[in-house]
Amino acid sequence: MTDRNMLVMGAVAYAPKVVTIWEGFRQFFEANGLPFDFVLYSNYERQVEALFDGSIHVAWNSPLAWLRAERMGKAVGKPVSTIAMRDSDRDLTSLIVVRADADIRQIADLSGRTVAVGAVDSPQATLLPLYCLHRQGIKAGEDFAIQRHDQLGGKHGDHIGGEREAARALLAGKADAACMIAGNHLLFTNEGTLPAGSTRILAETPRYDHCNFTVAADAPPSLVARMRELLLGMSWEDPALRPLLELEGLRQWMPERVEGYRDLDAAVDVFGFYDPSGNITCVDYHY
Amino acid sequence: MCSGSTTLRATLPVSTITIERLDAAGALLLKRALRNLPPGESLMVTGDSPELAAHLAAWCRARGHCWQTSEVPHLLGSIHPGSLDQRRWQGALTTGALASGGVADRAEPRWGLAARGAHVEASAPAFHFPLSDKVMIWANEAPKLYAQAVAAQWNPDEAIDWTQPIELPEDIEAAVVQVMTYLIENENAALLVPARFLAQMHPHFREVMQLLAIQVADEARHIEVFTRRIALKGHQPALSTAGGQASLKTLLDTPDFAIALFLLSVLGEGTFVNLLNFLSAHAPDPITRQVARLAAQDEARHVAFGMAHLQYQLAQDPALRDRLANAIEQRFESLATTDGLNEEVMDALLLLAAGSWLPAALLAGQEKVMALQQDMTAGRRLRLVKLGFPEAQAARLADLHTRNFM
Repeated sequence: MTDRNMLVMGAVAYAPKVVTIWEGFRQFFEANGLPFDFVLYSNYERQVEALFDGSIHVAWNSPLAWLRAERMGKAVGKPVSTIAMRDSDRDLTSLIVVRADADIRQIADLSGRTVAVGAVDSPQATLLPLYCLHRQGIKAGEDFAIQRHDQLGGKHGDHIGGEREAARALLAGKADAACMIAGNHLLFTNEGTLPAGSTRILAETPRYDHCNFTVAADAPPSLVARMRELLLGMSWEDPALRPLLELEGLRQWMPERVEGYRDLDAAVDVFGFYDPSGNITCVDYHY
Repeated sequence: MCSGSTTLRATLPVSTITIERLDAAGALLLKRALRNLPPGESLMVTGDSPELAAHLAAWCRARGHCWQTSEVPHLLGSIHPGSLDQRRWQGALTTGALASGGVADRAEPRWGLAARGAHVEASAPAFHFPLSDKVMIWANEAPKLYAQAVAAQWNPDEAIDWTQPIELPEDIEAAVVQVMTYLIENENAALLVPARFLAQMHPHFREVMQLLAIQVADEARHIEVFTRRIALKGHQPALSTAGGQASLKTLLDTPDFAIALFLLSVLGEGTFVNLLNFLSAHAPDPITRQVARLAAQDEARHVAFGMAHLQYQLAQDPALRDRLANAIEQRFESLATTDGLNEEVMDALLLLAAGSWLPAALLAGQEKVMALQQDMTAGRRLRLVKLGFPEAQAARLADLHTRNFM
């Protein structure tokens, strides 16, 4: 069990910058009276499990990891909570795009086609767009084929590579549609991966939310409260913090909210990614 | 923050922009429009591209702007600009001014590599340049000397006629090769010493940095022409003595910029100007005379900067004069156990000034070398007096200078 006089947070090391970010925030927390340390995990699954074995008090979680923690917490009677998220985690959308000249005008036209997605565990590039199609009446694997672009399993799509590969497959004619977060469609268009005018948006998912800080039921409440207070008080104008905030991709930490995870929760059930107790039920998921 | 689910029903756009797509050009137009927006107002966006709405939402989110989609026909939505972009530049550091009069007394580590006069974002990293105080670096003549240095650059291929026929007796050619060998090792020191300090210098002191950079390039060119002169007749470099290298090593081991400049430029290169002028007058072939003349012109500029900086620093820190005197004494002491005198070089100088082995010619050569040494000492004494040393001390210190010349 971790020291209750120090708050220990888990983060997934999806890129080297994660060390810079959390070492910087650790110093900020320490300087502001919060004893704080962090542990890096190579994947979200092990990090979520660590919330329940006492290794960590808080996890900087993907939305999928939040949902698994929520399910596990309910199953074992240790419900998790959340304390904050980035401003950039709110109200995201994903796109299903086709080539501009494709004879695919509506979602039903995807029947019999191939849809390129990101990693199997990517909320934004796989689970949410496929759920969007599912709700509109066409089913992955039955009505259309899925072409997966798995990169760095267990990182829940934090790595952009899978989405870029899906976009390239679309452009190369190896897939008829591709799924990606809207911001990456803009990025791919501007960087030339998808030349301007080469693709057309077929559908856009409803808005959803992304990462959050997930708190274990037995985390020391005063330290958690102090962390939340310090996070929400971080200022973009602070020259020592701004580079860290920029690296983490936010301008401002926002209060927690959980309603933005509803569609992903439903997608997890529909595609059988986790069972209601948080066990991994997706058969070809490797991390 | 705003909620992205808000939709816009009202019309009456105050500022409206139409963009085709949100590529780099579209984003530039958008940023300009947002910059010009009256405080508190929103920017309406119209455009026909079907992907624009999704892109605008993502673009705004990444920049902390609020995006509201519209239900008004032909209007995609509106951007209410966040204040974070402007706040990035609050507390930005000012860094003096572009002109030489705008040099600060002390350059701050966070000014970093920015152009002097630029505004530096407050979160910029600190650069630790050991030479960051104006008094330690500056010379009021630096801008003028830099301009002169740029104007006086010469191309060894064009400035020297390497095709001139040279047929010297083998002994005399060997003496020239020995002198060139000696010059190269001295120029190596004259290149590396300022280069080391250049890397320690805060770029805020632009003119001095540029001047030292050209000085380094000058020495590189000198090394080239002396090397080419050695190779002209198919020779390899000749001898390098322990005493000569020990003397030069004391220059490379000097950690203080003012002292290094004093020993290298004021005393060493000043002495070298005499030597190069001597070669320019007495060398036995036109190519050697030419390369010596060109190098002497450059070296004179290096001496001028050394003098100008030390005069500047001494005016504010007269105690520096004692440190400079001590540096000469210490260097003399540390070289006392070496002969310091490069006998092969002195013999070669005499021989090439003589031009032949005839006794009368050798006698004349000897007199020329003695006159050179007297000129060197007198020059050093004069420069020391210009730096404010009393006559008697200047004369004594001028005599203590290394017999290796540099």
